[in-house]
Amino acid sequence: MQELLQWVEACEADAIDEEDVIRFDHGDRTFAIYRTAKGSYYATDGYCTHEKFHLSEGLVMGTIIECPKHNGRFDYTTGAAKRTPVCVDLRTYPVKLEHNKVFIQI
Amino acid sequence: MAVKMRDYSLTGPENKLAQEKGLATADWYISPIPRQRLKELMKRKDGPAIRDTIIMFAWLIGTGMLAYYAWGTWWAIPAFAIYGISYASMADSRWHECGHGTAFKTPWMNDVLYQIASFMDLRPPTPWRWSHARHHTDTYIVGRDPEIAMTRPPVWRIIFGEIIHIYGGTRDLKSVITHCFGRLTAAEKDYVPVSEFRKAVWISRIWALILLGFITWSILIGSILPLMFVGLPTFYGPILLLLVGLAQHLGLREDVLDHRLNTRTIYINPFFRFLYWNMNYHIEHHMFPMVPYHALPALHEELKFDYPAPSPSLWAALKEVIAALMKQKNDPSYVVDRPLPATANPYYYGA
Ligand code: FES
Repeated sequence: MQELLQWVEACEADAIDEEDVIRFDHGDRTFAIYRTAKGSYYATDGYCTHEKFHLSEGLVMGTIIECPKHNGRFDYTTGAAKRTPVCVDLRTYPVKLEHNKVFIQI
Repeated sequence: MAVKMRDYSLTGPENKLAQEKGLATADWYISPIPRQRLKELMKRKDGPAIRDTIIMFAWLIGTGMLAYYAWGTWWAIPAFAIYGISYASMADSRWHECGHGTAFKTPWMNDVLYQIASFMDLRPPTPWRWSHARHHTDTYIVGRDPEIAMTRPPVWRIIFGEIIHIYGGTRDLKSVITHCFGRLTAAEKDYVPVSEFRKAVWISRIWALILLGFITWSILIGSILPLMFVGLPTFYGPILLLLVGLAQHLGLREDVLDHRLNTRTIYINPFFRFLYWNMNYHIEHHMFPMVPYHALPALHEELKFDYPAPSPSLWAALKEVIAALMKQKNDPSYVVDRPLPATANPYYYGA
């Protein structure tokens, strides 16, 4: 069965600093929304795939998010796991910008 | 009456109990710090660690040459003491910081120094990386943390044995041998994912070849001198890393979810701080493992308001640890609780 996807407003575009991340909760799910230094936006699951810690507390370096708990890394543009103890990729979500607001498709 | 000891193994009943009590993989107390300031402190740099790595190898080559020329005289004893203590201590702190990936900005530099430092201290790099991740998830949670330095009540034989790293070193060597046969130990299987087994096995096989090379060399020339430089320093030089290691957590609480209750920050002299790469700021490190070693003194200044006063010296910390261990011999529930400043948030004991 196909999942029913919808666009959900996550935040104002300038709610996220350049090269940074914020947390966005929707229902019982949590997401991380990223803004690159060049002003592009991305979204992933909010919890690290190693253990249940919020990536929004982590450090953005280029297109890498480093998890605050054990310094595991992901490329948040693709979700690819880049450094142990992270071994499982992160789920990513489409993002669009409309009227200066960030929407993610979930 | 004999004092009962809990089962500290990861394969015993305490592991499940900790999970049932909500102590495993739990949310820990975090001191408030503005995100902007934390981001500045988390910033990675290559410069400090490149400088320190050059100094480290220059120091080891210099003290190693002194030790080499002193071999056969009484001067060899202090010379090898300096070489061995520096070697084992710096390998330990570089292993630690590079394991977190915070020493250098450039990832491959962290990885290379991590492998070298692990070999220097004969610490199998793959299992230790995972064991340390668990130590951060479940710091001093009995049955979960593989890096609890001592049980309650303490076993003095083990503490004294560690002056020559006899227990930890033997365990690590056994682990290397087990890997050479294509397996991991039972405890390692609790925290190392299956996908990493192969890597652990092959690294240990390469190590075994290098160590056998040094042993053969020593046999051929009829002298242990080559092994005094590689292999043995972790057994004759661990005193400083043992002392700072004992001071990190012992005498404080177990099974709590606030690093201020189970970890100690200590003021030490600049030379020891260089050897130890600022890990004396240990509460800060546990609470914010993303802050590199060179920014820990600044992080310490930011968080002082929320932390108990640091131990004023390594000696003061050790006195506190030893007194607590002596009390725990008869009363394992004894712990030191340090008062918080008036500006701090209250302690969080957790589940
Ligand atoms: S929880 Fe993210 S690396 Fe461990």
